[in-house]
Amino acid sequence: MNPIALLNSLPGAVSQGLIWGIMAIGVYLTYKILDVADLTVDGTMCTGGAVFIMLTMAGWSIPAALLASFAAGMLAGLATGLLHTACGIPAILSGILTQLALYSVNLRIMGKANQPINANNYKLLVSSRNVKVLSVENPILVVGIVCLVVIALLYWFFGTELGCALRSTGSNPAMSRAQGINTNFTTVLGLMLSNGLVALSSALLSQYQGFADVSMGRGAIVIGLAAVIIGDVIFGKVFTNFALKLLSVVIGSVIYYTVYSLVIWLGMSGDDMKLITSLIVALFLSIPYWKGKYFSKPAKKGGAANA
Amino acid sequence: MLEIKEIWKTFNAGTVNEKQALRGVSLTLNDGDFCTVIGGNGAGKSTMLNAVAGTWTVDSGTISIGGTDVTRLPEYKRAKFIGRVFQDPMLGTAPTMQIIENLALAARRGQTRSLKWGITKAEKERYQELLRGLDLGLEDRLTSKVGLLSGGQRQALTLLMASLQKPKLLLLDEHTAALDPKTAAKVLELSDRIVEENHLTTMMVTHNMKDAIVHGNRLIMMYDGRIVIDVSGEEKKKLTVPQLLDLFSKVSGSDEADDKLLLS
Repeated sequence: MNPIALLNSLPGAVSQGLIWGIMAIGVYLTYKILDVADLTVDGTMCTGGAVFIMLTMAGWSIPAALLASFAAGMLAGLATGLLHTACGIPAILSGILTQLALYSVNLRIMGKANQPINANNYKLLVSSRNVKVLSVENPILVVGIVCLVVIALLYWFFGTELGCALRSTGSNPAMSRAQGINTNFTTVLGLMLSNGLVALSSALLSQYQGFADVSMGRGAIVIGLAAVIIGDVIFGKVFTNFALKLLSVVIGSVIYYTVYSLVIWLGMSGDDMKLITSLIVALFLSIPYWKGKYFSKPAKKGGAANA
Repeated sequence: MLEIKEIWKTFNAGTVNEKQALRGVSLTLNDGDFCTVIGGNGAGKSTMLNAVAGTWTVDSGTISIGGTDVTRLPEYKRAKFIGRVFQDPMLGTAPTMQIIENLALAARRGQTRSLKWGITKAEKERYQELLRGLDLGLEDRLTSKVGLLSGGQRQALTLLMASLQKPKLLLLDEHTAALDPKTAAKVLELSDRIVEENHLTTMMVTHNMKDAIVHGNRLIMMYDGRIVIDVSGEEKKKLTVPQLLDLFSKVSGSDEADDKLLLS
């Protein structure tokens, strides 16, 4: 219970939180904007890292490998999207199917269950060894900038005609079709974008930890949801702007990993963290339901006096 | 403007719930026609509207709008020609988006959605002007979420949205049925105004016989998946509710109209 140890673990927690924040933004896009719970991400959270490491070791440049990871994630999203829209399989099951398939795909990409990459031999973008170094290579700085760029790009995209169509698809699919929006297309596009971001996060994570592992994405959806929910609970009322909402997701992720190190520091086993995360997410997802059931006031009838 | 030829639709074919919802419906609307549609529950009124809108495809028959055969077109492609207001005020708008965003979405109905910015400055002023015309105080609430609006406000907004990109055909599916009488009257008045100003070809389903007689230049009544009464012009203007009921019992051979149609 040495406070210095806790302090020492904080920079690592913040870096990890920021990296997972990009993943959580991906979850936000599907869960909050498209209104679809996409379980593909558990697989994509490994695919991105696997693709990145293999391509880097094959001599690709870092930016090219990152782009390829993003593209690989988009392909995974495309698979889920087509299962859902073209084959009529419920979204949640489509995600599970792709996720399971990705397990084999990830093993094929890496050739084995765990693929390390040596930061000495490659000029990686982020590495955990720089986490306490005050330099431009500090992962908190690097990933922080990546987060801001991602948020800026998404802010722009969701303000465009196409982005608005995507948002309306999640808000009211029947109305969207009545307005001439091909909701199948926008749903697939949203899933691709989301999984692309998750794969990007995975690529950063594999660099940070120095390896990609076939199980690194297990339960990723729940961690992503936790970040989204924490961000929403703390900043939901204050942050109404879309960019700020995305920022709150990233902050939610950082808080999650800070709490994670705190729990470890308190002497609990890291193995229990998935149980705790599940319980927390389950609790926060139940609260709106309970609120509606036990604490609701009689709803106002439609057509108020000023209508 | 609208030409429906012999459309048939059966739901749940081959099961105990089999329902022949449309049994050879044919209807031609001329440019600028405002046709009201009445009939009891399950007569096929909404089914006919949904067939035209493309919610699903018909089993047989053809539908064309403004000379274009749309029978096989998916719903989102037909949207180019059609403006719609639904019975449920929740259905016509995106609740988590702003009023101005909803309007901007509707203004692009039937157009390719690109990576251009979703709302232009010129649009904003135009919408403010149009909302002022609704006289609901919405012109100062452009950035409010539509989910905060009342049912009547939403239906008025949906009507405005349907007319932004002038449709070849306006479909009103019992769009005042979920509103209180006073609000319903206001929304109906607004519907009349929008139809007139934009010279829209319109089909309006209603449960209310009086409304069906007062509004529009043509009236059809459906019974058991078919059109059984079709009156227009002078004949319609002179029509009264008792006459209409008489006509109905003659055609359908029952007094069922009294129970089902007089409820509203």
